Amino acid sequence: MSVLEIKDLHASVILDDETTKPILKGVNLTINSGQVHAIMGPNGSGKSTLASTIAGHPKFKVDSGSVTLDGQNVLEMSVDERARAGLFLAMQYPVEIPGVTTSNFLRSAKTAIDGEAPSLRTWTKDMKASMEKLKIDPAMIQRNVNEGFSGGEKKRHEILQLELLRPKIALLDETDSGLDVDALKVVSEGVNRALTEQNTGIMLITHYTRILRYIKPQFVHVFADGRIVDEGGPELADRLEEEGYDRYMSVSK
Amino acid sequence: MSTTDQTVRHGKETADQVDGVPTGEDRVAIPGMSQEGEVLQEGRNQAGEPEIKHTKHGDISGVPDSSRAGRFTSYKVGEFPKLTSKLEDWRFTPIKRLKGLDEAELTGAAPAVEVVSGEGQVTVTTVGRDDARIGRAGIPEDRVSANAWSAFTEATVISVPANVEADQPLLVDINGSSMDPAAQHIVIETGANSSALVVLRHRGRAVLSQNVEFQVGEGSKLTVVSIQEWDDTSVHASSQQAKIQRDGSLKHVLISLGGDLVRVTPSTRFADQGGNVEMYGLTFVDEGQHLESRLFVDHSQPRCRSRVTYKSALQGENAHGVWVGDVLIRAEAEGTDTYELNRNLILNDGPRMDSVPNLEIETGLIAGAGHASTTGQLDDEHLYYLMSRGIPEEDARRLVVRGFLFEIIQQIGVESIEEQLRQSVEEELARHEN
Repeated sequence: MSVLEIKDLHASVILDDETTKPILKGVNLTINSGQVHAIMGPNGSGKSTLASTIAGHPKFKVDSGSVTLDGQNVLEMSVDERARAGLFLAMQYPVEIPGVTTSNFLRSAKTAIDGEAPSLRTWTKDMKASMEKLKIDPAMIQRNVNEGFSGGEKKRHEILQLELLRPKIALLDETDSGLDVDALKVVSEGVNRALTEQNTGIMLITHYTRILRYIKPQFVHVFADGRIVDEGGPELADRLEEEGYDRYMSVSK
Repeated sequence: MSTTDQTVRHGKETADQVDGVPTGEDRVAIPGMSQEGEVLQEGRNQAGEPEIKHTKHGDISGVPDSSRAGRFTSYKVGEFPKLTSKLEDWRFTPIKRLKGLDEAELTGAAPAVEVVSGEGQVTVTTVGRDDARIGRAGIPEDRVSANAWSAFTEATVISVPANVEADQPLLVDINGSSMDPAAQHIVIETGANSSALVVLRHRGRAVLSQNVEFQVGEGSKLTVVSIQEWDDTSVHASSQQAKIQRDGSLKHVLISLGGDLVRVTPSTRFADQGGNVEMYGLTFVDEGQHLESRLFVDHSQPRCRSRVTYKSALQGENAHGVWVGDVLIRAEAEGTDTYELNRNLILNDGPRMDSVPNLEIETGLIAGAGHASTTGQLDDEHLYYLMSRGIPEEDARRLVVRGFLFEIIQQIGVESIEEQLRQSVEEELARHEN
């Protein structure tokens, strides 16, 4: 049983050496193992910043507040330490890394997370099984990381990592964007496997309700102007689908 | 990384012209005037036609050629101006460090040519300078190359007979053992519909001006790998000129690692249509080294294709890398498809990289043309992605740097050579703990 606790988090984006702009304005959120929390909100409300700040992206600076994972101070950790502590961020725009094969990358990541190299036999077996479930072309692992991948392939590759690295808490940053309905189903099944088989806690960031047909959240949080402005159960998502975000846009102004 | 898209000398379509005056979308009421005002584009006359200036003998005023098409060529060293940094094609080169390759008589002993393996289907012979196979790929394009042309006494000719598909790569070591300025001439020719892979590995001590010719026969496929792994004090200028016959294909891989000054100038010309060239380069520039690559692709025939990918890594004080990529699409080269790319990775404070892509387009009837150049440090986003998967920063840097460099080595296709080069690159990286 793990718990990610975010308390009164304020963070800014670093624009250049001298200028920063506040984005997060007091976020409070607690995610336990096995829970799904949907973070929904209009574009530009700070949802992705929340995920990137927790993961430790150098472009963002924490101004105040705390983030802990099972009581450990996440904000004091480097990016790689956060991942090794059990956090995982499925990125909205995974970058291409020329010259580094996916196979080499995945093995390096698994070795780093586990603290020892996986046994070759089980590793190959696990990888093949996960790739098959995610309908990933086996030839992909010989290609360079994300290089020439389609939008859908990049997102499946993110979920493949989620399954193989077995984090305690996973932040999914608009994993549904750019996916057709078939790919959306495949990706959602992967997330649901992590949820049921590994008891991973999930923060599901999305703009649209469509992914919530396949991944069922227990909690829905509405994000506007850098903070959570409304919370509820799955019924809140239904309401958002009908009414949109207009109501919250005016509140936050 | 910062992206710099540099000089693009832009041509215009010739289709919409009557008597040289544009009549299509580019038509203008007054010659030399457009809707934006007077056309002041360098190298164009008032009707918008390319104006080609030739650099003539004795003209050392430093006026750059208006087009790469106008580059002076000659077999005679005396017809070239003496080298100064004002000359466009020598502006980045430390001329004093040429150790006389531009002025001295190149009477030193040329580095020994030794066939390591692969002889049989492919033959290697030594011939006199009057051999008919010499001089068909191109005329010297600079003074140092012409100096070698004047001086060489015998040449090495590597031949692949027509219709032979060599199943073994030909590995040739070129071992220098003297610092007396020397000249060398090498010809690699492929007969029609043949295929072969040739590796030229330069090592040892040398002050060498070299002309290398690639005569790529009709429908044949030639891969040439030129590796420069000289000792620290060596100086090497290598003019590598290719001529590709109809439907011929050349893959040229240039790896420059060692030497005080190494300047390689590969030029590719097409003798007929349907040709294909892929040019790859990897240079690793260390403290105090000057490693320069200046390439030229001359699209003078219809429906040919070129792809250029050069990378360099630089580290240490006064490490100086130069890449100049001239691609010319002449008016008659309709259907040309070309792209050139240069990426440079600065590993620490101190190095200097000059990267100059030049794309000249004289016809609009092409399949594609593009160029890009980036010079910068390791990409933070790459490191972030790897680290967000638990990989420690040091390991992430290793993965990204090696990935960047090994991508070119992967193009060679001879595992033993690739492994040895990966090892050499590891040793270079270890010097600065990258």
